[in-house]
Amino acid sequence: MEPAPSRVRLAVREAIHALSSSEDGDHIFCILGSLKRYLSETEPPALPGEKEEFASAHFSPVLRCLASRLSLAWLELLPDGRLEELWASFFLEGPADQAFLVLMEAIEGAAGPSFRLMKMAQLLARFLREGRLAVLMETQCRQETQPGFPLLRETLLGKVVALPDHLGNRLQRENLAEFLPQNYFRLLGEEVVRVLQAIVDSLQGGLDSSVSFVSQVLGKACIHGRQQEILGVLVPRLAELTQGSCLHQRVCWRLMEQVPDRAMEAVLTGLVEAAQGPEVLSRLLGNLVVKNKKAQFVMTRKLLFLQSRLTTPMLQSLLGYLATDSQRRPLLLQVLKELLETWGSSSAVRHTPLLQQRHVSKAILICLVHLREPELRDSRDELLASMMAGVKCRLDSSLPSVRHLGMIVAEVISARIHPEGPPLKFQYEDDELSLELLALASHQPAGDGASEAGTSLAAATAESPVETPAETVDGGVPQARLAVSDSELDSDDEFVPYDMSGDRELKSSKAPAYVRDCVEALTTSEDIERWEAALRALEGLVYRNSTATQEVSMELAKVLLHLEEKTCVVGFEQLRQRALVAVTVTDPARVADYLTSQFYALNYSLRQRMDILDVLTLAAQELSGPRCLRRAPQPGSPSPGTQCLQVAAASQPGSAVASGWRVVVEERIRSKTRRLSKGGLRQGPAGSPNRFSSVAGHFFFPLLQRFDRPLVTFDLLGDDQLVLGRLTHTLGALMCLAVNTTVAVAMGKALLEFVWALRFHVDAYVRQGLLSAVSSVLLSVPAARLLEDLPDELLEARSWLADVAEKDPDEDCRTLALRALLLLQRLKNRLLPSAAP
Amino acid sequence: MAAPCPLPPPDPQFVLRGTQSPVHALHFCEGGQAQGHPLLFSGSQSGLVHIWSLQMRRALATLDGHGGQCVTWLQTLPQGHQLLSQGRDLKLCLWDLAEGRNTVMDTVRLESVGFCRSSILVRGQRWMLAVPGKGSDEVQILEMPSKTSVCTLKPEADAKLGMPMCLRLWQADCSPRPLLLAGYEDGSVTLWDVSEQKVRSRIACHAEPVMDLDFDSQKAKGISGSAGKALAVWSLSGQQALQVCGTHQLTNPGIAEVTIRPDRKILATAGWDHRIRVFHWRKMRPLAVLAFHSAAVQCVAFAADGLLAAGSKDQRISLWSLYARA
Repeated sequence: MEPAPSRVRLAVREAIHALSSSEDGDHIFCILGSLKRYLSETEPPALPGEKEEFASAHFSPVLRCLASRLSLAWLELLPDGRLEELWASFFLEGPADQAFLVLMEAIEGAAGPSFRLMKMAQLLARFLREGRLAVLMETQCRQETQPGFPLLRETLLGKVVALPDHLGNRLQRENLAEFLPQNYFRLLGEEVVRVLQAIVDSLQGGLDSSVSFVSQVLGKACIHGRQQEILGVLVPRLAELTQGSCLHQRVCWRLMEQVPDRAMEAVLTGLVEAAQGPEVLSRLLGNLVVKNKKAQFVMTRKLLFLQSRLTTPMLQSLLGYLATDSQRRPLLLQVLKELLETWGSSSAVRHTPLLQQRHVSKAILICLVHLREPELRDSRDELLASMMAGVKCRLDSSLPSVRHLGMIVAEVISARIHPEGPPLKFQYEDDELSLELLALASHQPAGDGASEAGTSLAAATAESPVETPAETVDGGVPQARLAVSDSELDSDDEFVPYDMSGDRELKSSKAPAYVRDCVEALTTSEDIERWEAALRALEGLVYRNSTATQEVSMELAKVLLHLEEKTCVVGFEQLRQRALVAVTVTDPARVADYLTSQFYALNYSLRQRMDILDVLTLAAQELSGPRCLRRAPQPGSPSPGTQCLQVAAASQPGSAVASGWRVVVEERIRSKTRRLSKGGLRQGPAGSPNRFSSVAGHFFFPLLQRFDRPLVTFDLLGDDQLVLGRLTHTLGALMCLAVNTTVAVAMGKALLEFVWALRFHVDAYVRQGLLSAVSSVLLSVPAARLLEDLPDELLEARSWLADVAEKDPDEDCRTLALRALLLLQRLKNRLLPSAAP
Repeated sequence: MAAPCPLPPPDPQFVLRGTQSPVHALHFCEGGQAQGHPLLFSGSQSGLVHIWSLQMRRALATLDGHGGQCVTWLQTLPQGHQLLSQGRDLKLCLWDLAEGRNTVMDTVRLESVGFCRSSILVRGQRWMLAVPGKGSDEVQILEMPSKTSVCTLKPEADAKLGMPMCLRLWQADCSPRPLLLAGYEDGSVTLWDVSEQKVRSRIACHAEPVMDLDFDSQKAKGISGSAGKALAVWSLSGQQALQVCGTHQLTNPGIAEVTIRPDRKILATAGWDHRIRVFHWRKMRPLAVLAFHSAAVQCVAFAADGLLAAGSKDQRISLWSLYARA
């Protein structure tokens, strides 16, 4: 038999009955007032036991009943909204968790937009405004110590965090500002701070409490991707609170420790992003990384190795956090080792995007700044080994930025690991990246309790450029003093300086006047000045005397190809290259044959092979361009008049004669014609045949012939992938320059085959070359011929391009593949309209 | 300050050809035969001294007294009609040129085979001559025309100055004591007090041997050129101490001779880089770079009226009229 119902139960049952049936406003008011006794201190107060019973057993049914009764008519039973006020007070003053759950339930249960729904939503907003959420969480924290209902807590947790979603779904367009996620989670953050404050107070009062519910709320909110809102409020406040108070710190650590494992990553990522500097992070987290495996994994592996989204200040605060405590320092060393291992792995260099590599490099430099000499000494050999491996495979890389990264990091590491040895020094240009990295390396960690923000980094970067001008100023003093020393004044107007622009470094006047002399001077001359003068004069001579050059073109090309810098001549490489280009342009077929045959010959250095490629490209460019653009920038060329004559004479043997009579006729016409008005004499650009057209094959096909046959000294498919990259780029350029030539179709076919053979090459530079080669095929070969002759190749290329555009680790490769795909698409669009009818 | 569009460098007024040998020394002689037209003496590597008429622009006479050895220095005496020529045959000849004569009146035997040019200081009828001495680092002072050796200026044994490269005797207006400025092989310029045979002051102003110097006694300021890439300007303080005022960097190394125009407004340098450079003397502002010669310029000289002559290894003597005197 069930026990006799208590007084409270009877009263409640009666009240619920009356509420659900009565339409008399005063009666209802009276009943509610009597129930209210169990909630608050209004007279006459109920017994504490009764209050407790009401709160735990009867509150929810009463609220449900109240919620279900709500309607416009019901509220207007009493004037002035008195009933509404009383009604709302039940929700706002009773136990917060039950009120919250009933409210949510009522809102979710509402069929559609209605008066009742809006009222409930407004009540919920008021509930939030009045800080009942903090009360709710606090109650949960209190109850932690007693056995509770896990299911209820789970539901509560879900509702608290998912409130914006539920409300958004329900209210659709009528949603209130309070329920928008960006506002709600900020509010939640503030409430969390209040709860923590309350917990601290209660701990001081000797009461036991737990923060695990708050941790769960925090974790869940972060999993929902709301780190920015909630932590953006929470972290600064906590940083402030934990500054002086030990108790606050402890509570905060506890809060972080209680975060469930699956939410740990989200919370930590958000914290690292929100925290200003390592000090704050250290105060908030304590030794979490040592205690919690998951946290350790996130902080020391995931954020460093698997992601690259942390900015430099975040990296600094993360690694600085690891460095601030002696218990965490071994982790830092461990991290450095692992970072270096990753940095030194050749597969990582090849397969990770540049952004990630940069991230790892930065992390290494920051680690080095934090680690001290003795700590490094123990694992010096290990670190050195990984560094050497990394430097080697980075310097091997054909991408300049990867090489660059390798040099900078290697310099810094070797300086730290071997401070006593001779410093490692590479030559590289100072760009933004190197300055940033070097600033990182020289940036000293701030002392304890010093500045928290990363401003010192900005100061360090700003400092370095300032120093240099100060030094250069000193050098100019003696000259300035000379001008100033005489103070007497008299008129110097009569001493007007003449033009002194001709005052250059004196070069010997032994420059040869004939191409043959140049060849002789370059091969046999022991006289360095003559040698240099010959080199300087050569380009001009070759262009001026094309016939004489053709006689010795092969010999000249050979000499120039083997030429070595005997003394330090300014711009030697350029001079040699320009001369070679000039020779190639003057006698394209033979010289190109020679150069391409030498490309695969034994006993050349990589430098020479790459020079061959450059020269071929430049010469092709010059040959394919219109003639009038040529020679303009080159000093020492003959005067314009003679040049024109030469051009006319060189273009066609009979043209001088042919143009003679035309001039006469035109002159006669002009003299016999009367013109009323004369426009400006307009001369369109003179047309001339594309000189590259007839020789493109000589430039192109020999280069394709033997790339897969390794020599003892030259293995294109093996170690010498840098040259292979250059070769692919050169082939692409030649293809591009061969636009509008008859041989373009054959070239395109051969090039696509070549690309097909190499399409899975591991080196990004090679792949870039291949992709640009495909693009140039699409650009240069006429669309109709492409479709006719190369349909299969195009299909294959298309699927390959789509694959690269999606999956390639290198960003440039993806972009190039996309471009090629666009070109293909354009080709299709152009062909479709004509194919449709 | 500079004009918006500077004038192109001028061409020489005229060029004297016919020495058939590189020109090593030039000297203008005022008050020659024709009024207003000075004579120009040139000394060549083949040992000949040519006397040029600037009116007719041709050689009037040729003096052959150095046995085919290079003539390195020419100087006329103020009483006129007497010319001193120094040759690498270790002889210094005194020529009598009066009334169309051209005979050697006297010779002084030199002891040094170097390129150092001599210097004279005229005091009334008598004059003083400074020549490189017997020891490689010595300078000998002779009383002329008696050819009596007054003294030998020998640096201290541990000074290591090297050979004297150029000499300039002068005397301050207020003081009776003759002084000698000498540029040495180690790049230093030294001020000797001749009567006390002591070094008054010394400055190391060049890294290369000093090739020539000129001194402006009114401003107590001098300039020296060396085999290196710089001109040095130095001054003499009241206590007769030399101090460097500044250096002027040149585009190409090597200065064969430095000459300040008699009105002390501008100066010219003869460069191994085939160019004559003209500077404003007070401010050391570059005024012109004259590129005409095709070989090293060996000597420059100014006439009293401002005409500039330059002799070069390309066997030509160019004459320029720049910044004519008001």
